[in-house]
Amino acid sequence: MNFDNMRFTKNHEWVAFENGSDVVTVGITDFAAGELGDIVFVELPEIGTTVESMQAIGTIEAVKTVADLYSPVSGVVKEVNGSLEENPDVVNKSPFKDGWFLKIDLEDRAQLDDLMAKSDYDTLVGR
Amino acid sequence: MSKKGRRGYRFAGEPAAAPTSVSDEYLRRDRPGLPHVSEPGVVRHFIELSILNHHIDKNLYPLGSCTMKYNPKVNEDVAAMLGFSGLHPEQSDADTQGALEVIHALEEKLCAIAGMDAFSLSTAAGAHGELVGMLIAKKYFADRGENRHKVLVPDSAHGTNPASAHMVGYTNHSIPSGENGEVDLDVLRETIDEDTAVLMLTVPNTLGIFESQIGEILKIAHDHGVLCYMDGANLNALLGRARPGDFGFDIMHINLHKTFSTPHGGGGPGSGPVGVKKELAKYLPGPRVRKDGGEFHLDRKNPNSIGFIHSYFGNFGIYLRALTYITRHGAEGLKRISATANLNANYLANALGDLYPIPYGKRCMHEFVASGEQYRKYGVKTLDIAKRLLDFGYHAPTIYFPLIVSEALMIEPTETESKETLDRFIDVMKQIAKEAAENPELLRSAPHETPVRRLDEVTANRKPILTAPLQE
Repeated sequence: MNFDNMRFTKNHEWVAFENGSDVVTVGITDFAAGELGDIVFVELPEIGTTVESMQAIGTIEAVKTVADLYSPVSGVVKEVNGSLEENPDVVNKSPFKDGWFLKIDLEDRAQLDDLMAKSDYDTLVGR
Repeated sequence: MSKKGRRGYRFAGEPAAAPTSVSDEYLRRDRPGLPHVSEPGVVRHFIELSILNHHIDKNLYPLGSCTMKYNPKVNEDVAAMLGFSGLHPEQSDADTQGALEVIHALEEKLCAIAGMDAFSLSTAAGAHGELVGMLIAKKYFADRGENRHKVLVPDSAHGTNPASAHMVGYTNHSIPSGENGEVDLDVLRETIDEDTAVLMLTVPNTLGIFESQIGEILKIAHDHGVLCYMDGANLNALLGRARPGDFGFDIMHINLHKTFSTPHGGGGPGSGPVGVKKELAKYLPGPRVRKDGGEFHLDRKNPNSIGFIHSYFGNFGIYLRALTYITRHGAEGLKRISATANLNANYLANALGDLYPIPYGKRCMHEFVASGEQYRKYGVKTLDIAKRLLDFGYHAPTIYFPLIVSEALMIEPTETESKETLDRFIDVMKQIAKEAAENPELLRSAPHETPVRRLDEVTANRKPILTAPLQE
């Protein structure tokens, strides 16, 4: 797994970006998925929704608890991972790849600089 | 079990037609589809069901924040008295003076216990009480021409509090706990403003900790014109010793099925009376029982009331049980209940704290929140510890709540458990800690001794089957 093009939040979301594109992919970390345990429902915003950084934009329901999904960045929702509706357990199995949540068209690319690199995130969660 | 022709009793001769006022067209022609069973068959069936299930008549039920205390059988004797159980809610006030007096007497007793000015009993559960409390707050602010929309809820409150606020259209703002497990006053001061309608507090909170700054907290709220709501689900810790009304709370609910020993959970029904201060009494849900001289009557005309929230008067049979409990114990008895409930919880906390650390201190009130974090290194989670407890004939504690304690185990023994019962539970918790280190698979695959083994909780959540075909 290459984490160089990924940034992280203290709320355990990740953002993956590509050079030359303003559209980023968003998901939750392996740590978050592990803490939540078996995820049974994921509720995501509709395509076209304008979201703000740190705003609760969806919910993640696990067997033991329900957690808010916070948007790590500000922008407009371009795409959501529809397969999570039928198979939310993908988030547990593949949090960084197949278990992605949504793609957001960034309002401003500079906001990525405010997020953490993988090494800082690992320190945060005690790894 | 059912076999055609089998029955409990046989009577000589042909059955006579019972006299009835039901008109002919509505009379049933066929026999009802009841099973054909013998008396011993039925008795064994229900005894078997009671063995398969866990209940408070069987063993300790340390489900935190639920106050699963023993339900005294004398409560059932009173509730079954024909003068009460034979009543119909449409009967006239003159016919039902005794029942109306029971409602009035219980309201008065709850006022005295809680330090509130008026109670309405008809709410059917704690969360229902919260909802009614929020509706009262909405009406109060609407009458004052104020458009407040925020509700503040500490992160150590019951999970239903933010849900109830949301139900009436308020927006929730969480107040984090400080290091001592109490409301962080600085954050409260920063968050509270003239848009805040209600501050909802659970006292003691879900960590089993009393808010030592309660006077200051309520003063901050009242200085901003905010109403203060107390979730009284944990009232067992304060019974006879401290009164929410004296703290300054404006609205609260009490769970009769927790503090006042009435049946709980699937065996309920529940009852969550709502109490208020004088200024808010006109908003209480109806109908209200009024006393004129020595007579009682039902008052259905309450123009300022939030309205009806339950058919008739709520779960009346539960009031009989709660009133029996309160009357039987008296003021001194109620004080002993809270003292023993808090002592039992502290006894367990003290004995278990080394193996299951308690992040917010060893002293607690009626319950405490321990952590199973240190067993994760063996691949054992709190869920596995809870499942293993079932093998020893206990109900599991509340787990993974409150969210502020990692791998949380919320334990509330209640006052009705003896020292011997608590000691046995401590021994079992010690044994499970040992097993976690030596044989973690035993925990991960638990329970082993229950009628059903580890359930597939994911499928149960995603594809619940909520009906079962009737067996012939």
